[in-house]
Amino acid sequence: MKIRNLSIAGALAVILVATGCGKEGTPGGSAAGACGPPAPLPVANGINLADSPTFARIRGRGHVVVGVKADQPGLAYKDASGNRCGFDVEIARLMSAGLGFDPGSIEYKEIPSANREAAIQAGEVDYYVGSYTINDKRKEQISFAGPYIIAGQSLLVRKDEKDITGKDTLKGKKVCSATGTTSIQRVRDMGLTEPGNIVEFKTGSECVSQLLDGKVDTNTTDDAILKGYAAASPDELKLVGETFSEEKYGIGLALSDKPLREAMNDVLAKAGADGTWQKLYDSTLGKSGIPAVPPAPERY
Amino acid sequence: MSSVLLDNWELFRIGFLTTIKLFLVAGALSLVLGTLLAACRVSSLPALRAVGTGYVNTMRSTPLVLVFAFLVFAAPKMGVELPSFFWAAIAALTAYTSAFICEVVRSGINTVPAGQAEAARSVGMTFLQVLGIVVLPQAFRAIMPPLTSTAIALLKNTTIAAGFSVVEAGSIPAAMAERGENQMVTLFWITVGFLILILPLMLAQRWAERRAAVPA
Repeated sequence: MKIRNLSIAGALAVILVATGCGKEGTPGGSAAGACGPPAPLPVANGINLADSPTFARIRGRGHVVVGVKADQPGLAYKDASGNRCGFDVEIARLMSAGLGFDPGSIEYKEIPSANREAAIQAGEVDYYVGSYTINDKRKEQISFAGPYIIAGQSLLVRKDEKDITGKDTLKGKKVCSATGTTSIQRVRDMGLTEPGNIVEFKTGSECVSQLLDGKVDTNTTDDAILKGYAAASPDELKLVGETFSEEKYGIGLALSDKPLREAMNDVLAKAGADGTWQKLYDSTLGKSGIPAVPPAPERY
Repeated sequence: MSSVLLDNWELFRIGFLTTIKLFLVAGALSLVLGTLLAACRVSSLPALRAVGTGYVNTMRSTPLVLVFAFLVFAAPKMGVELPSFFWAAIAALTAYTSAFICEVVRSGINTVPAGQAEAARSVGMTFLQVLGIVVLPQAFRAIMPPLTSTAIALLKNTTIAAGFSVVEAGSIPAAMAERGENQMVTLFWITVGFLILILPLMLAQRWAERRAAVPA
């Protein structure tokens, strides 16, 4: 009796795992596929930032430790065999090469949004590249190199969607975003749709899966993130409307480390001028068909 | 420190309000379902006992996140549509918590000497009368401490709903991180919020224990 019950419980748990959990990995897994080989980047020589504590730490270790995300195809994605790709990852590699360390030796750490400041402050990562919007509140805790791309809130819909053309056409539509994002807070504050139509899941990938299943009508977040999903499923998904916010993505690093910040801004400015930035963009987010230009770093 | 709370007061207020709603509704339903399950587990009908035992063993060994994931993602694909994410969360929390409450109530029932039930039966009471008039009132006295623990666990378990489209206290850290607020201070205020919510539960336990105590 006991044993039979246990086996029933076990079988049910397996079903739960198969149906519930398998779902989570689906959109990224099947749609984004495997990562291609990374772009070759020349490693700088003779870089020495005498006054940078982070640089001293990197040099002692011999490679950089970067905080990233892993579930955003086209932006920051880890494929089934553990390879990473996407625009944020390319920027992280560009920084490593620019500081004189082989990008192939980077140690990546996946840090969720809520823990970014803490990870940078504790020195757990040397710098963080992961859809990290520069704002004043964050600048009190850490500092930013960049911006390296200017994103803005946008809408991802199914390819056959006719009704949704921009932020003012969302009334009566189910809008999905990851829990607590600025994007969904904005939809709520501006009353773009009814509170009952706002759907929030732990990750953006779950929203994409719900969109493909027809359970929600649109996903909203920064266009940089949405472009990646559109590039991964060009036959099923598209972006619509003008962006309705400005999100300058920066590279997060320790508050006091001005020499490192300056050095990173130099690397970004050079990559913008010599076409490297464009090449990195075109090979990742550019596949969505939406063009972009390198922004000028804001030095402070 | 307090500016983090005051600047984002609406976020905290709405979040904790939903947490309280989840707790009260799921708590009440779990108490009813848990007691019914306990009645099944001590009944003389083997079929009812099997249902009760099977349910408890299944739910107690399934992580709560999976119960949520099943109800929110898998159930709609099988044609079971819950009216809203809030009610899906209530269903998940109730299904999970009632298994624990069942065992707490059953252990309470076992503290009542068999002679009590036999005596009640011998004066002609039905099974439900024996349970409702004689056994359960005595059992509830013994289970106040573990029942309070289960209630506190339920209160904290409500934070899982944040990942399944219910805006409650558990979703505050994500929203605050997006606003660039200090995470340590945010977590401090959430802890304070939960302590404030748990306090009445502890007081209720003390009151109930004192009220139900057998005079020395």
